Amino acid sequence: MLALVGGLLLPGVFLPVAASAETITVKVSKLAFVPASVTAKIGDTIEWANADFVDHTATATDKAFDVKLPAGKTGSVTLSQAGTFPYFCRVHPMMKGTIAVTE
Amino acid sequence: MKSLNRLGIALAGLMLTTGLGVAAETAKLTDPQIAHIAYTADNVDIEAAKLALKTSKTKAVQDFAENMIRDHEAVNKQALALVAKLKVTPEDNPTSQALTKQAAATQAHLATLKGAAFDKAYVDNEVAYHHAVNGALETTLIPATQSAELKDLLTTGLKIFKGHEEHARMVAGKLK
Ligand SMILES: [Cu+2]
Repeated sequence: MLALVGGLLLPGVFLPVAASAETITVKVSKLAFVPASVTAKIGDTIEWANADFVDHTATATDKAFDVKLPAGKTGSVTLSQAGTFPYFCRVHPMMKGTIAVTE
Repeated sequence: MKSLNRLGIALAGLMLTTGLGVAAETAKLTDPQIAHIAYTADNVDIEAAKLALKTSKTKAVQDFAENMIRDHEAVNKQALALVAKLKVTPEDNPTSQALTKQAAATQAHLATLKGAAFDKAYVDNEVAYHHAVNGALETTLIPATQSAELKDLLTTGLKIFKGHEEHARMVAGKLK
């Protein structure tokens, strides 16, 4: 029951969040994603915490997500499909990261 | 198109030889001067971006210009807060004056252009300008900075502007 209550409405997808779903935090500091590579499971949430004084984005190379990360704020995405997702910052494209999502 | 590209490169060269280069050779820059140069360099880019927002009809160029205004204003806000904290009064100097003079010439040229010609000239100049400023920060301004906090801010600024340089190259690639 709790799992269903905690379901998240994604664009076109109603995704039940498993009880074991985790939030993985990626720090954004000095123009870098730290750690640059993370592994996660479907249903987990990636939360980016932007410690810089400029805005960034976490934008999937394949456009699967495009999260705005305003200066000093956080942004997140809940993972709904397996695969490896390279991402970058649209404003500072040398900022790169990867999320590996498993079933 | 080729002549416009040359303009950007010529401006970058001019900035390094007549502006930042000479100043670095003739006198060791002080922190108040370095703060002034950094602030001036930011404002030059903000003014160019404002012209781009008024002139360009291309979404990628508009987005880029908006990013430039937001980031450079954020850096300037940090810089002003830091100089206030350090009780440093930014001091005008020949490098800042050369930057301002060259920026006025670039703005005047860009103001004569429209459409695709404007987009290309603006973005090419952004590549060249960020490249020149990044080179100056890396080889001249950051090493000459005395205050650890100012050095730290300029180092972060350099990373931000390297991002802009790469972003500008990507936009330039799309325009072709
Ligand atoms: Cu960024």
